[in-house]
Amino acid sequence: MSAQTLALQQDLLETAQRWRERIPGDLHEHVVEAIYADAMRIAARAVSRPGAAAQPTFDRWLDRVVTSRVWGFPIMAALFTLMFWITISGANVPSQALAGLLVDQIHPWLRETTTGLGWPWWLRGVLVDGMYLSTAWVVSVMLPPMAIFFPLFTLLEDFGYLPRVAFNLDALFKKAGAHGKQAMSLMMGFGCNAAGVVSTRIIDSPRERLLAIITNNFSLCNGRWPTQILIATIFIGALAPAYLSGLAAAGTVVAVASLGVAMAFAMSWLLSRTVLRGELSTFSLELPPYRPPRIGQTLYISLLDRTIFVLWRAVVFALPAGAVIWLTGNVRVGDASLAEHAVRFLDPLGFWLGLNGVILLAYLIAIPANEIVIPTVLMLTVTVTGMTDLGAGAGVMFELDDENAVASLLRAGGWTTLTAVNLMLFSLLHNPCSTTIYTIYRETGSTRWTALAILLPVVVGVVVCVGVAAVWRALQ
Amino acid sequence: MNTNTLTRAGSPAAAHEACARCDVFRAARLRKLGVKVDRWDYVVALAGNPNTGKSTVFNALTGLRQHTGNWPGKTVTRAEGGFEYDGRRYKLVDLPGTYSLLSTSVDEQIARDFILFGQPDVTVIVADATRLERNLNLVLQVLEITPRVVLCVNLVDEARRHGLEVDARQLARDLGVPVVLTAARRGQGLAELLGAIADVATGRVACRPHRLATDPPALQPALKELTAKVETAFPGLPNARWVALRLLAGDESIIEAVRRGELGQLREPAPVAPTDQPAARQPAIVAP
Repeated sequence: MSAQTLALQQDLLETAQRWRERIPGDLHEHVVEAIYADAMRIAARAVSRPGAAAQPTFDRWLDRVVTSRVWGFPIMAALFTLMFWITISGANVPSQALAGLLVDQIHPWLRETTTGLGWPWWLRGVLVDGMYLSTAWVVSVMLPPMAIFFPLFTLLEDFGYLPRVAFNLDALFKKAGAHGKQAMSLMMGFGCNAAGVVSTRIIDSPRERLLAIITNNFSLCNGRWPTQILIATIFIGALAPAYLSGLAAAGTVVAVASLGVAMAFAMSWLLSRTVLRGELSTFSLELPPYRPPRIGQTLYISLLDRTIFVLWRAVVFALPAGAVIWLTGNVRVGDASLAEHAVRFLDPLGFWLGLNGVILLAYLIAIPANEIVIPTVLMLTVTVTGMTDLGAGAGVMFELDDENAVASLLRAGGWTTLTAVNLMLFSLLHNPCSTTIYTIYRETGSTRWTALAILLPVVVGVVVCVGVAAVWRALQ
Repeated sequence: MNTNTLTRAGSPAAAHEACARCDVFRAARLRKLGVKVDRWDYVVALAGNPNTGKSTVFNALTGLRQHTGNWPGKTVTRAEGGFEYDGRRYKLVDLPGTYSLLSTSVDEQIARDFILFGQPDVTVIVADATRLERNLNLVLQVLEITPRVVLCVNLVDEARRHGLEVDARQLARDLGVPVVLTAARRGQGLAELLGAIADVATGRVACRPHRLATDPPALQPALKELTAKVETAFPGLPNARWVALRLLAGDESIIEAVRRGELGQLREPAPVAPTDQPAARQPAIVAP
């Protein structure tokens, strides 16, 4: 900007200031009043009410129920539990069918074919046992639950339920010193934290928007749902009688997700009393009318926009990760593979956290995308326990017959119920994925706030995991 | 390329001349261009209060499938798409919902800046028929800025369910711009909407927008001087008079834009400033 332009702008502002002082009354209010008056007059001439209201009483009644002090929260819990129960029980069969096809049938066939073609063992290892198998795993573990969960969530969104959730949570957010619209970004975070961070733009105060950005990672994103659902099914669900196991697993997932929401409140409260002190701003949230969801279009959009998009992202990250996993499992230094060295090194820290070295290494490899944590964990377990009979050699993700096979493998790898519980907790409470980190940086424009957004959940996760492990072991 | 051309029985050549002038017939020649808008004849902005169905209208006209959701604040960025109608190409810009042009959240600034400075050929305001009075607050503000407006009163099906009838002719007379009633979710009224957009874009219909009686005579010298200074400091800026009025009213976001020399620039929203203080707030125009 040249000095001349600057002077012009300065002059403009000063002139405006001078005139402002000379004009009697509040011009802003005057304008607003004029707009209101005209809008009222014009609307009154154009809108008529020939018939009696046909159905508005139903909307009103429904609103009174779902936002009531007594029923609001139970209905929320019941709806989300129902959603996860449908997802968990519905995803089981297609997941196994996909694994049977991609892992049990196509993988051996690929190995035979490439061996027949005379590929060297390392090329076959990287491509077939590493990249193909990790991708096949991601698809069979993630596709069925997402294909059920996302349409259900979208139907709820289309119907108009989400603003009612925001309405219910508003009082809690107010107590936490945060903006009520943070509930909306929290809900978006259930889909994807990066999207959740972008959606905080609806919050107009910078202070409250920062609170929403920093705490968004506490809402469980879809990359972490499969981890929760799988671990809850095989460890927690198995503890309950068979006819209740689906419900127990769903309840566990809801509990973990609720813990995340509680953490978002707690951290907002903490931040708004320390580094992000400031006033609460008021806002109006419109409760839109309930609309019958358009089933066909919802299915189409949620499958295409959400399911395929997320799956594609997972596959893109799973391909190189598969190669890395295979290499760490097969490149030997001294007496053991790279993976074994790393796992041994991380084991003491893992024990302290109630986890193990395998899980920590998996989280390091999976920083780009949470989606591949479970495949990485399983593969590393095979490598370290040396259960070559289950798979086809070190660094090969084993064949998955059913979830019992996963459970017995993990138990052989030294897993207990504590490991499972803490994996679920750590999956909820750890750093955001790289995409979200980048989005946070872009939205805040500050390395300081980005660093806080990364470190806060990690610190919370470590504290919670160490605490749970200590209490658990003390009780035993 | 899949053009999604709607087809009708009979060849266009055989159509009666009266048919050729009918909106419904011309809508049959709508080509949805999706995101492929490399060149266009007209730019159309879609504005309106939150959750009135802007994205639904956007999807219906462009053939895109932007995610729509039943909650206010779903769209936080500009989405762009295109369509071809009656031989002309249009670029359609879906703006975040806003209750007012006088408020300060990032998504609302995106909408305001585009209407103010993006100089769209037509601004379509999508209004909720069931809450027309509050929606008119925004309509009246937009009419202060640009005359080239089409009012799309959406959700008339819902209004009917609530026992409300909207008189489009009366509205059009009072506002001085074309008014179309639609139920975009069911595709009703879209043909008429396309016709109205084309009429305003090509200048077949001249708008005589309703103006607010906001300028007391005492204000005239102030407005005159400030408008001139705005034009000198920011040459080529449309709506210098509106900017002057906002400066007089002490609009912090406009004052800040002048100070930074960024007035009139369309950019991605600025990151939230790392500040411990909430931004200076202004009463937003939101009817109870």
